[in-house]
Amino acid sequence: MVDFTLWDIVRNLLLAARWTVILSVIAFIGGGLAGLILLVLPLTGNRVAELAIGGYVQVFQGTPLLMQLFLLYFGIALFGVDTSAWTAACAALTLYSSAYLTEIWRGCVASIPRGQWEASSSLALSFGQQLGHVILPQALKVAVPPTVGFLVQVIKGTALASVIGFVELTKAGGMIANVTYQPMLVYGCVALIYFALCFPISLYAGSLERKLNVGRR
Amino acid sequence: MRIALDFAPMLAQWPLLLLGAAWTLGLTAISTLLGGIIGTGCAWARARGAAPLRLAVGAYVELIRNTPFIVQLFFIFYGLPAAGVLLSPVTASILAMTINLGAYATEIIRAGIVTTPRGQIEAGESLALSRVQVFLHVVLPPALKRVWPALVSQIIIVMLGSAVCGQISVEELSHAANLIQSRNFRAFEAYILATAIYLVLAIGVRRLLYWAGPRFVFGR
Repeated sequence: MVDFTLWDIVRNLLLAARWTVILSVIAFIGGGLAGLILLVLPLTGNRVAELAIGGYVQVFQGTPLLMQLFLLYFGIALFGVDTSAWTAACAALTLYSSAYLTEIWRGCVASIPRGQWEASSSLALSFGQQLGHVILPQALKVAVPPTVGFLVQVIKGTALASVIGFVELTKAGGMIANVTYQPMLVYGCVALIYFALCFPISLYAGSLERKLNVGRR
Repeated sequence: MRIALDFAPMLAQWPLLLLGAAWTLGLTAISTLLGGIIGTGCAWARARGAAPLRLAVGAYVELIRNTPFIVQLFFIFYGLPAAGVLLSPVTASILAMTINLGAYATEIIRAGIVTTPRGQIEAGESLALSRVQVFLHVVLPPALKRVWPALVSQIIIVMLGSAVCGQISVEELSHAANLIQSRNFRAFEAYILATAIYLVLAIGVRRLLYWAGPRFVFGR
């Protein structure tokens, strides 16, 4: 029987934590890009797109991420594509992030006064120019703090990928707990690593929010 | 290629799904009640308590909000027995959900408490109400009313998060779906049905709490 020192446990967990980070980054960037498309589509005034995207957001926010992971895992396989836990986790977390991000950003765009749209259109700016030069730069300022805050939610969400067998931090913790018989120590370390990842981002999001609100008070 | 979905074998298992949904709702109801009490107490401590108490509550809130629910659950269920605390899957789930909701509710309710106008508290004190009475009758009800939508959203997030409790063999909805797909190998149908039920539960619970809030929690 091999003895595990504390350093062995921590080192293995840290090695697994990179997969948590990589998965989070992929989901966040993929979700951001998809969310941007979902944000712009209804702004063109397309009623059907607006309703469809509203439904999309409601479905992803109203169902457990775990079920979304299972559905993607078994759903992609239904099309005859060989699914790995890796693809299913990336796909599910990207869709999940896109739904939340588009909803966050929709609120930010809605907070831009109507007059800005009207003024820019009276200057004969095209839709693209209106968005690019007038609306999005202003919305961006409001959007940054909640977007950074959502990153924390994505990182915590990746922990669920362990359930479909993706070996990231939580799954690695489970495996290490099984060989060391020290679940309390191992899960404590896992929690601390998540905390070390998420807490700085939470603090940063909070400070951004305070800075944004200074001008408003 | 054709995809043949067959829901008939699913519907034959409806008692399992119904029981699963009942467990999900039951776990959510208990942890909402307990988590709400913890959240209220901690919010008061964080807004008005002594400095060490504020610090302790702050640490609790940040620790919970910055770690995944599944890790909290596993720590409680797999980790605590090493310290001699042996919990059944259901107790562990309720404990994890309560602790989790309590932390988020603390922040939400605190936001409602700190926006209470100073004059209302002074008015309460001038009526010779004690500090506890002022908090319970003057500060808390309007504070809850202000943050009710956020609180309801958080309760629903915790309910959806409880899908993870199936992993430690609590017989809630996702566990029922797992069980059904292991019986008839129709995984996609089982999960899509369970997901649809979660969606209905989420919408239903939101409606129910929006209805119940003004009537039973904070008054109109």
